[in-house]
Amino acid sequence: MSIESLVLGAGQEVGKSCVLVRMGGKSIMFDCGMHMGYLDRRRYPDFSLISPSGDFNSSIDCIIITHFHLDHVGALPFFTEVCGYHGPIYMTFPTKALAPMMLEDYRKLMVERRGEQEQFTSEHITECMKKVIAVDLKQIVQVDKDLQIRAYYAGHVLGAAMFYAKVGENTMVYTGDYNMTPDRHLGAAQIDRLQLDLLITESTYATTIRDSKYAREREFLKAVHKCVAGGGKVLIPTFALGRAQELCILLDDYWERMNLKIPIYFSAGLTIQANMYYKMLIGWTSQKIKDCQTTRNPFDFKHVCSFDRSLINSPGPCVLFATPGMISGGFSLEVFKQWAPSELNLVTLPGYCVAGTIGHKLMSGKPTRIDLDKDTCIDVKCQIHQLSFSPHTDAKGIMDLVEFLSPRHVILVHGEKPKMASLKGRIQSELGIPCYDPANNDTVVVSSTKTVKVDASETFIRTCLNDGFKCHNKQLEDSWTSSSGHSGSLNLISSRDEVVAEGIMVMEKSKKAKIVHENEYLHIVGTEKHELQLSCCCPVSKSSLTQAMSGSDASSASETLVSSDHRYWIHCLWLKLKKESDFNNVQEVDNCLSLNSFKSHICQVDNCPYRTGECDEGGSIMFFCCSWSPIDEKIAWRVLSIMRETSLSEVSEVHCSPTGLLI
Amino acid sequence: MDWKGGSGITQRPLKDLLLSPTDWSAMEVVENERKRRKINSFLDSRVYNQTCLSKGRGFHFPPCHVLCLCGFQILLECPIDLSPLAAFSPIPSVAHDLRRRTDPPRESDGLIRAAPRYRTVKHLSAYDISLFDAVLVSSPAGMLGLPFLARHPKFSARIYATEATARLGRLMMEDLLAMHAEFVQFYGPEEDTFPEWMKWEELEALPLKLKEIIIGENDVEMGNLLPLYSAADVKECMQKVKAVKYCEEICHDGILMIKAVSSGLEIGASNWTIVGPRRNVTYVSSSIFESSHAMGFDYNSLLGNDIIIFSDFSSLGESVYGGKVVDMTKVSVTDVEEESVHPSLSSISSMRGCNNEEALTRCLTGNGEISEELDKLSFISSCVMNCSREGGSVLIPIGRLGIVLQLLELISMALESLNLKIPIYMISAIAEETLSFTNVVPEWLCKQRQQKLYSGEALFGHVQLKESKKLHLFPVLHSPSLFLRIGPVAHLLQRWHQRENCLLVLEEGVDADLALLPFKPVAMKVLQCSFLSGIKIQKVPPLLQILNPKLVLLPEEMKDCLPSTCSSSFSFSYYSESETLPVPSLQDDFKAHLAMDLALQLKPKRIKGETTAVARLKGRLLISNGEYMLVPSKRPGTPTDKSSLLYWGSVDPTLLVSALAEKEIIGTVSRRDDTGAIFVQVDVPSKALIEIGVHRTVICSANETLCERICESVCSVLDGI
Repeated sequence: MSIESLVLGAGQEVGKSCVLVRMGGKSIMFDCGMHMGYLDRRRYPDFSLISPSGDFNSSIDCIIITHFHLDHVGALPFFTEVCGYHGPIYMTFPTKALAPMMLEDYRKLMVERRGEQEQFTSEHITECMKKVIAVDLKQIVQVDKDLQIRAYYAGHVLGAAMFYAKVGENTMVYTGDYNMTPDRHLGAAQIDRLQLDLLITESTYATTIRDSKYAREREFLKAVHKCVAGGGKVLIPTFALGRAQELCILLDDYWERMNLKIPIYFSAGLTIQANMYYKMLIGWTSQKIKDCQTTRNPFDFKHVCSFDRSLINSPGPCVLFATPGMISGGFSLEVFKQWAPSELNLVTLPGYCVAGTIGHKLMSGKPTRIDLDKDTCIDVKCQIHQLSFSPHTDAKGIMDLVEFLSPRHVILVHGEKPKMASLKGRIQSELGIPCYDPANNDTVVVSSTKTVKVDASETFIRTCLNDGFKCHNKQLEDSWTSSSGHSGSLNLISSRDEVVAEGIMVMEKSKKAKIVHENEYLHIVGTEKHELQLSCCCPVSKSSLTQAMSGSDASSASETLVSSDHRYWIHCLWLKLKKESDFNNVQEVDNCLSLNSFKSHICQVDNCPYRTGECDEGGSIMFFCCSWSPIDEKIAWRVLSIMRETSLSEVSEVHCSPTGLLI
Repeated sequence: MDWKGGSGITQRPLKDLLLSPTDWSAMEVVENERKRRKINSFLDSRVYNQTCLSKGRGFHFPPCHVLCLCGFQILLECPIDLSPLAAFSPIPSVAHDLRRRTDPPRESDGLIRAAPRYRTVKHLSAYDISLFDAVLVSSPAGMLGLPFLARHPKFSARIYATEATARLGRLMMEDLLAMHAEFVQFYGPEEDTFPEWMKWEELEALPLKLKEIIIGENDVEMGNLLPLYSAADVKECMQKVKAVKYCEEICHDGILMIKAVSSGLEIGASNWTIVGPRRNVTYVSSSIFESSHAMGFDYNSLLGNDIIIFSDFSSLGESVYGGKVVDMTKVSVTDVEEESVHPSLSSISSMRGCNNEEALTRCLTGNGEISEELDKLSFISSCVMNCSREGGSVLIPIGRLGIVLQLLELISMALESLNLKIPIYMISAIAEETLSFTNVVPEWLCKQRQQKLYSGEALFGHVQLKESKKLHLFPVLHSPSLFLRIGPVAHLLQRWHQRENCLLVLEEGVDADLALLPFKPVAMKVLQCSFLSGIKIQKVPPLLQILNPKLVLLPEEMKDCLPSTCSSSFSFSYYSESETLPVPSLQDDFKAHLAMDLALQLKPKRIKGETTAVARLKGRLLISNGEYMLVPSKRPGTPTDKSSLLYWGSVDPTLLVSALAEKEIIGTVSRRDDTGAIFVQVDVPSKALIEIGVHRTVICSANETLCERICESVCSVLDGI
């Protein structure tokens, strides 16, 4: 069995995330994004690779969208309404609520601002969203009889999720974008320790290790405060969802604490509407925010009011959130043109700006002039603050997640080629997990685990567990005693892994295979056990036995035994074995000597059939009838050799028996 | 699913960020003895038990069961019985007349003047609290009694409830505490000792009706009357709650897989599936197929289990609960719900007709339950309008969140359309938090409400009402109270009961006569209305048919209500209160997964004329999330010692002699003794004797190598593994 991953986008690049995974006869498309950097057909994944005939409904079982960013959802209306896919689409509640806003914003930007021919219409977006099934976190969703999916909190933006998918025994996780450290309004990614064949993870910051977020937040607040204190205006270009709310919470909270009265504005596009969604979806934010929700919804910002165009040139300091981010046009550009020439003002930039935008130009070295087009140029005297917090995990987070999940294979997507290669090397060398970083349109095939379903009898399970329990107890002690040391938990794991299950598997034609315990096996097969037993009637010289008795620190108890008594001789033999061997569990029970299955008693039958040699000459030899089962073969022969050796030596010495009857 | 046995150990920083798995390590905290008991008992319990502790009393006091399953003792629901409240006198409002606590304990109405006491589930006290392993809670009402249990030092069970149920449950507890606090303030702190009114002489003097309420069916119940728990008890209780999502699979103790599934009764209300080794159970609590506020009944996620515990008593009506409603309603809408206990024959036969699932599903969700409920609410709303127009006030002490939310919307709309500017008040310590909570839980609501999220509208009408100042929330006191004894409703009734133009809207299930006892004479109009609070009886057969179990456990009372012919594919067992019902095992074997790599290591051997193959298996057994997995041992496989092999069949002497000959051992069949044993005498290479019995072969030789070779020959003519 194998899992086949066709990377349609975000292979060795960031943009148009889209991976088609085929496993166990099912095909799942993870994300259906668009590339913001292209305007031609390269902006969408090459869907023709899925099905040359364009019959997507029979070749895809479901689409899963991880979050509302356009590079993850941007191509969805095109794929469903133009390409004609009408199967199920899954996303979380917030993604379903917020994705249409993002799509509509983008559509407007394309059509109204760039005058482009539209790829999809508003109706397309509405129709597309009707096909979406919203899911909650951790909820087990049965797509069909065989395919099961489950969402886990990813912490990247509101509603972002990692998705687990299972078909039969094949299991995988597609992370989408995630963040391993909690931010101002979102919690950190959370996932169970799943047993996975494949993990497909983003790798935006494949080599970056970031320091504390709080330091960077303080820096931002300090910069904003300094600017407004000096009477300047702060322009924060952002997209409508996500960063805007995060920064707003940050500022609102800071304003409250510092008792600042300077106005914070939201430009019209930015929307109280978006805040409405955030208010209803507060259950998807961080625990901290949820906790304070009981009294006041934290997205009811106290210090925020909406902006009017006339306020652009009104005097006095202010803070303004304006769309779009990256200053690629629209209102943020309009304000930027007015505010950039004053050195009192401040413009904050997000961590990442697409090439070609003003944001990108400002980021790459501080220019003093920006030529907007051949007629317009802007004097840039204002200060620039680059926001360095990004809702993506850093390299440590990726490594931690991979290590935590310990999947059998890892595929890296959504990153920059050289950095991905370096991370791939680390995953392979440090964690010993095969890792791939396919380019767009490449297919990676990995093997998957496979299991067979069997029945197991109660006795079998009970025996395993009872043995396991013993082991478990022991390991508990181990961990306690070594808890003063440093490797306690390691011991615990390794000893647990040694719990052995032994049984017999019975496979009957046209029946499910069944594992049974050895003891019940015969009953199930319907026969009876045939026992094998080994026997030997062994001669021992009396004198060697008495020697053994006197040689020992003969206890008073043994003196009470008379030499005619069988117990006397058995005791002698016991002492002898004690002395001459290292068997420490030889026992005397009822005139009988036993060691595991080996049993020996004094033989009084003259013509014992198990006697294969000599006879008693002159009463100096005693016969001990011995029997044992094959399992104790080795022990038995050693005991016999001890018994016999003495007999031999004594016999040959005293009686000079010429016939070596014993071999 | 941690088949690896946790080989990837979580590092410290990661532990904070990621959920830790529920694997064996979770069990390590449990004391050893407890665990040993568990391991043995989950294997031994071939029969599991179900005991119905209480049939409950409708929506506010759901039924309660104890389940013994795979060695786990599970309590299903832990409600509080508020009915003793009816025997207590409300606190006189200041305006009325101020009585001091030194007043005689009872007055003309016979009501007890003391801080009320409450009752836990009837037969719960017979159980050792320390033996409960888990508590499943289906609705907020199902957890109100939990603090009594959870404060017990020996209580160690995990409580499972959905996130929404846990939240609403906590709010309701806090509400109850706030209302009760008023009594404590008035009468002074409660003494732990026997209060005056609980003395036998005092009780004897009570009016019959009240005596019945206080004493209950037997003396045992008397002892169950408890002072209310404290805020600290509630806090402690909530810490023991594991809040879950719908359809989230939780692993209890590594063995039981528990899942909450939407029941439609209320926001966050759930049914449960419990799957253990060889056991799987669906627990169906009171359910509503389609709701106009909460997420509807999810039957798909309940499919595939062998046993159903059907615990929806709502269709049985009042007769089950022993009490009866004295109809003192001046306006009654109870007859809206016409087809009551006995389903008409035609509906049953039409039910049997539908075989395909689609038709069955239609049977469940159809029948216009939503519109029927809406009609009732509209009727209430119109009564409210009539009353308002006449200048009267309306008091609605209804404790069902869903009803309150919808009434708010309906009444405000009606007021708007009539252009009446009448304020709506919601008086409760938890009003604000409850309402704001309902607006942030889209994932727990019905499709229509979710649609509001997508279009960016508030989920419920109250958000807008609050913003436009048409709805006022008062955190001071409270309103919903079934028995009209505690909370602000009592104060308002004291003011309004004699005003003819006022209206009181009550839920059915309350003995209105008794409830209004302290306020007599009552001049205000009283409207008593029943709301749908479970599965209608005629929908039970199609539901069972869809769920298709092997066995259904039904309340005894439903024996006559259900047509016995409705299905032949599954059988029924009937349970009754305080009786333990043993349920036979339906599966003997455990289901296990055998890893392919281990399967490939097997060396199967054909026996019995080629139809059966057997193989020895040696590996590791891993348990994770209630599933068993056999994987190859990590230790390099030591070949199984042939001496430990198992043999069966019998030795054919002739075959043995020829087998011996192949190894150059010459033996002859010598004799047969009385027991039927056959002896084979070996002379070359040296002396040996083989005694062949029916079930045993004895090889006798003094030579180790010879012995071994003979052994091999014997084994070769036997079947063995």
